[in-house]
Amino acid sequence: MRNDIIISGVGGQGIVSISAIIGFAALDAGLFLKQSEVHGMSQRGGDVQSHLRISDKEIYSDLIPKGKADMIISVEPMESLRYLPWLSAEGWLVTNTNPFINIPDYPHIDKIMAEIKSVKNNIAIDADTIAKEIGSVKAANVVILGAASPFLNLPYEKFQGAIKFIFGKKGDAVVNLNLAALEAGRKFSEKNK
Amino acid sequence: MRKSLLLGDEAIAQGGIDAGLSGIYAYPGTPSTEIMEFVQHSKQAKELNIQCTWSANEKTAVEAALGMSFTGKRAMACMKHVGLNVAADPFINSAFTGVNGGCIVVSADDPSMHSSQNEQDSRFYGKFSLIPFLEPANQQEAYDMAFYGFDLSEKYKLPVLMRITTRMAHSRAGVQQRDIKKQNNLKLPEDLVQFVLLPAIARKKYKKLLGVQPLLEKESEESPFNFYKDGSDKKLGIITCGIAYNYLMENIQNTNLNYPVLKIGQYPLPKKMIEKIYNECEEILVIEEGMPFVEEMLKGYLAKGKTIKGRLDGTLPRDGELTPNLVAVALGLTDTKGKDVPQVVVPRPPSFCDGCSHSDTYIALNEALRGYDKYAVFSDIGCYTLGALPPYNAINSCVDMGASITMAKGAADGGLHPSVATIGDSTFSHSGITGLLDACNSRSQVTIFILDNLTTAMTGGQDTPGFGKIEEICKGVGVELEHIRVIKPLKNQHETNVKIIKEEIEYKGVSVIIPRRECIQTLNKKNKEKFKNK
Ligand SMILES: Cc1ncc(C[n+]2csc(CCOP(=O)(O)OP(=O)(O)O)c2C)c(N)n1
Repeated sequence: MRNDIIISGVGGQGIVSISAIIGFAALDAGLFLKQSEVHGMSQRGGDVQSHLRISDKEIYSDLIPKGKADMIISVEPMESLRYLPWLSAEGWLVTNTNPFINIPDYPHIDKIMAEIKSVKNNIAIDADTIAKEIGSVKAANVVILGAASPFLNLPYEKFQGAIKFIFGKKGDAVVNLNLAALEAGRKFSEKNK
Repeated sequence: MRKSLLLGDEAIAQGGIDAGLSGIYAYPGTPSTEIMEFVQHSKQAKELNIQCTWSANEKTAVEAALGMSFTGKRAMACMKHVGLNVAADPFINSAFTGVNGGCIVVSADDPSMHSSQNEQDSRFYGKFSLIPFLEPANQQEAYDMAFYGFDLSEKYKLPVLMRITTRMAHSRAGVQQRDIKKQNNLKLPEDLVQFVLLPAIARKKYKKLLGVQPLLEKESEESPFNFYKDGSDKKLGIITCGIAYNYLMENIQNTNLNYPVLKIGQYPLPKKMIEKIYNECEEILVIEEGMPFVEEMLKGYLAKGKTIKGRLDGTLPRDGELTPNLVAVALGLTDTKGKDVPQVVVPRPPSFCDGCSHSDTYIALNEALRGYDKYAVFSDIGCYTLGALPPYNAINSCVDMGASITMAKGAADGGLHPSVATIGDSTFSHSGITGLLDACNSRSQVTIFILDNLTTAMTGGQDTPGFGKIEEICKGVGVELEHIRVIKPLKNQHETNVKIIKEEIEYKGVSVIIPRRECIQTLNKKNKEKFKNK
């Protein structure tokens, strides 16, 4: 078993929370894990990505080879496309549809969506709206993770467990919000895959 | 025992704590910052009373670590690669004095310059200083090397360098912890002049350091971090250093390639192991992260021996970070790749945050400078370096920490006016103060902006060493009180600020303008904390 995942977004969007949840879930399932993340300069509103690898065998490289990723999870639509060279032919692209515009030449969203739709296996989800409906736009990243969860080789309970652990300190309300976000994302994918 | 999930940086920190560390000294710098931060946030470190406040710069950090070691205790100094340039003087000389308690200097290199001004390879410093140095291939090794490094340091009474690179520093993996060691007791050096590098003593020290080299080489031959994996196909022998081993294994694990492999994690190079692979194989491929350090040594200036492949002959790129794909190509395997990046994707460079004080300062400065036909703004390193990008295009230099003030002084001495410097508050405490003293002593006509956002923003918001003391420092080194002007970088203060800047530019001496407003990131963080505690 092996899942190689690229997680992408813009510096400040908090992609770490997604890798932290998957990471915890993987470790809890007794798997090996390597997760390489970006710190420093590009966190100031630049493009950021994280390589997350989980496997039942020892993992060597911290970086995923190009063409080998099983999935791209992106919290921003244009950023999801930046890492296509890493995605394998059968890999899934799971992305938020809400653009984060901090540059003057941000392309028209229709053009971006057309490229996303041209990827064989794709899930484009309006995670912000779904998260707002549940209670807080802050849970958007967990909605996206929920949307990615059916395509990862980890039992659903492991994700739930990770959320309970990671958000536990912040109280039941936050835990329940994020569990609902996970569920909503997952339902969306099951309907739209 | 369950493994803990740690960044390479955190593994080094946890390793240090568990191995009996008494003090860690550092100045922030990507990708090394999280080593110190981990210790600062560790409950265990707090209970053990481990000294862990930021130093003013890397030089003071290494010197403080040496002082801690003088007392017989274990100390670490951590920095990014260019920080070792700043600390080079005490670092090189500490190889001569030797140490008392174990002392590890960690230097984090940044190949491909994700957040740096150059991609120098710290291993050259290791060779230059003639001390043993370590290069972990994974997070577990990084943890173990803290234990091993302290023991090695105390065995030979020498500092040990640990060299890591960005991917090692900022990648997480499971790490198995060991039993905790107690801190050393206070025990002063037996030799009263051990640390006195008077020429006559230094000459003896140097001979001693040279004399110990064969022993260090022997340590490398027997090191758990160096091993030889035999292979049946002797057409090629592969030497890997540090994390390059991972990229090799990633590529060959499911193939029938069966070349002998020498994995190196401890230097000086294990000569016998190198000789073995060189003699047994027809050609050698060297895979190393950073500069062709080992490759150049093996090849020699005239390259008269066997074919050595690597970064020098184009088998691997001469510069930049390694990737699994680059190593695949070097091994003659197929390069894999998904779809190309679609044309609609445009670059997204880093930029000022919304509401950043630096952007208001630059807008005011640009306006104040309009009308002068020749001028320059010498800048420095930090978030404010982003002022080089459009729409600001506000600065003309970024060389090394502290260089803004000194370059502005030199340019003013050369007849340039206005000669302006912009330097952050943390960078000012790091290495701007001495330059300001120079400028005051020569009464150079410079306008120096100390951009005080009350934090070290670029590296994630660490405390600044000069916090709350900037005006006092300026006054102390000789800036006249009337020419220390504090302004508030806000849109609604724009007119006032432009006027003040213009006045100070025309002053025929050293003037300091301090735009002071808290970094928007740290402010948000604080507000969140407040909210949480309610
Ligand atoms: C010798 C050296 N040490 C450390 C660094 C890493 N570094 C780059 S910018 C910076 C901090 C800058 O802080 P400050 O001057 O306050 O500016 P700010 O980012 O807050 O605007 C640091 C520590 C470096 N580039 N060079």
